[in-house]
Amino acid sequence: MPDIIILDYGLGNLRSVEKAIEKVGGTPQITSELKDLRGADGIILPGVGAFRDARANLGKLAPALLEQGVEKPLLGICLGLQLLFTESTEGGIYRGLDIIKGRVVRFPEGLKVPHIGWNTLRIVDKDCPLTQGLDSGDYVYFVHSYYGAVENAREVVAETEYGVAFPSIISKGNVYATQFHPEKSGSTGLRILRNFVDIVRR
Amino acid sequence: MTRRVIPCLDMKAGRVVKGVSFRELQDAGDPVELASRYDQEGADEVVLLDISASREGRRTLLDVVRRTADVLFIPFTVGGGIRRLEDIRQLLVNGADKVTINTAAVEEPLLLRQAAEAFGSQCIVVSIDVKRVYVGDRDVPGKVVIDTPEGRCWWDVYIYGGTKGVGIDAIQWAEMAVTLGAGEIVASSLDFDGRKQGYDNAFLRTVSERVEVPLIASSGAGTPKHMLDALVQGKADAVLAASIFHYGTYSIREVKKYLAENGVPVRL
Repeated sequence: MPDIIILDYGLGNLRSVEKAIEKVGGTPQITSELKDLRGADGIILPGVGAFRDARANLGKLAPALLEQGVEKPLLGICLGLQLLFTESTEGGIYRGLDIIKGRVVRFPEGLKVPHIGWNTLRIVDKDCPLTQGLDSGDYVYFVHSYYGAVENAREVVAETEYGVAFPSIISKGNVYATQFHPEKSGSTGLRILRNFVDIVRR
Repeated sequence: MTRRVIPCLDMKAGRVVKGVSFRELQDAGDPVELASRYDQEGADEVVLLDISASREGRRTLLDVVRRTADVLFIPFTVGGGIRRLEDIRQLLVNGADKVTINTAAVEEPLLLRQAAEAFGSQCIVVSIDVKRVYVGDRDVPGKVVIDTPEGRCWWDVYIYGGTKGVGIDAIQWAEMAVTLGAGEIVASSLDFDGRKQGYDNAFLRTVSERVEVPLIASSGAGTPKHMLDALVQGKADAVLAASIFHYGTYSIREVKKYLAENGVPVRL
């Protein structure tokens, strides 16, 4: 039986997330069915692409995601992190799921954007179960042009510097999210996913 | 921001091959095995290029992509023979994170815009093969002419695996490709490929100063010093190399250690 579902809403490379979850001992299932969402022990919200399209594609899954996401562990990845925010400024102003209060904004002018490549974490919340076994200075892989500016600093688990310091891992209750791609971040990323599998099975 | 070291696997009929100036191919191993070894050695990314790029080879390629993606937990870029949006979609579905487009982008530039709109610029890499055209003291209207240690020249774009020059200025083409939606540029030099004498740093630097997206230097690495030069003199964001890694001349870790000792930020 799968215990972690990877929500397929028509965007992104879900196969790498699936393979990485298998690698760390989880039992993933890629699905777009509401019933699978309800039956899962944990949910991964992946995502690559534009905010507006992703939010539109999420469509009718959004209410269930909001309800389930507070009951059971949820991990947002990259655009999946941004979708959790109140709103995004990518290509206009678009409403997000509003689980994390704040706004998704573009990197300031004068930087090479997208921010592509390996960058370091500065862990500010050492008690977060998602970052157990990680240290500040560990490298993870980013590909993004926008980042989520959180209103409540206590929801920031780790920060990364790229022209500005932005939240690279956030958490609020059962909801966790990474701006980078853990499934593409070598052993550090696999450790984060293993921690998530542990959180789901706790 | 760290600089990336990227091993490139040139593949033909399901095997990794290596040649000089895109010719005289020798067998260099199994792509899945090599990719996985590079991941463990600290590669920041892996590129797989299908250089046979025939229709028949397409299924073999997709199979290798799938099997490689399954064992790779770092970014994975695939190129070779991409003509249409559907080719890109198939590669992404089979586990590629990015695709590199070369000939089709030159012949049909709007493909870049469509691909960026459909899949996002972050997964669209434009690969540009160039060859120097020396001009002496002459002025060449419409071309970006640069003084290099070897003489004044501009760079012509080559397509079909480096066999056909098209007379387009490569620097202007790089700028246009970015405007159309390329998220990264890979620059390869026919003059320097396979010779192990270093990258074309004059070209790299000119492109890097003019485009906003990351630039990956390809072709010519014989030593870690050549890679350092491409990153410092050439201002590239990443270095890509094939034979230097396949034949175990230098390991990826050795190269990264050398770069770090010389002040280049790398992931160790």
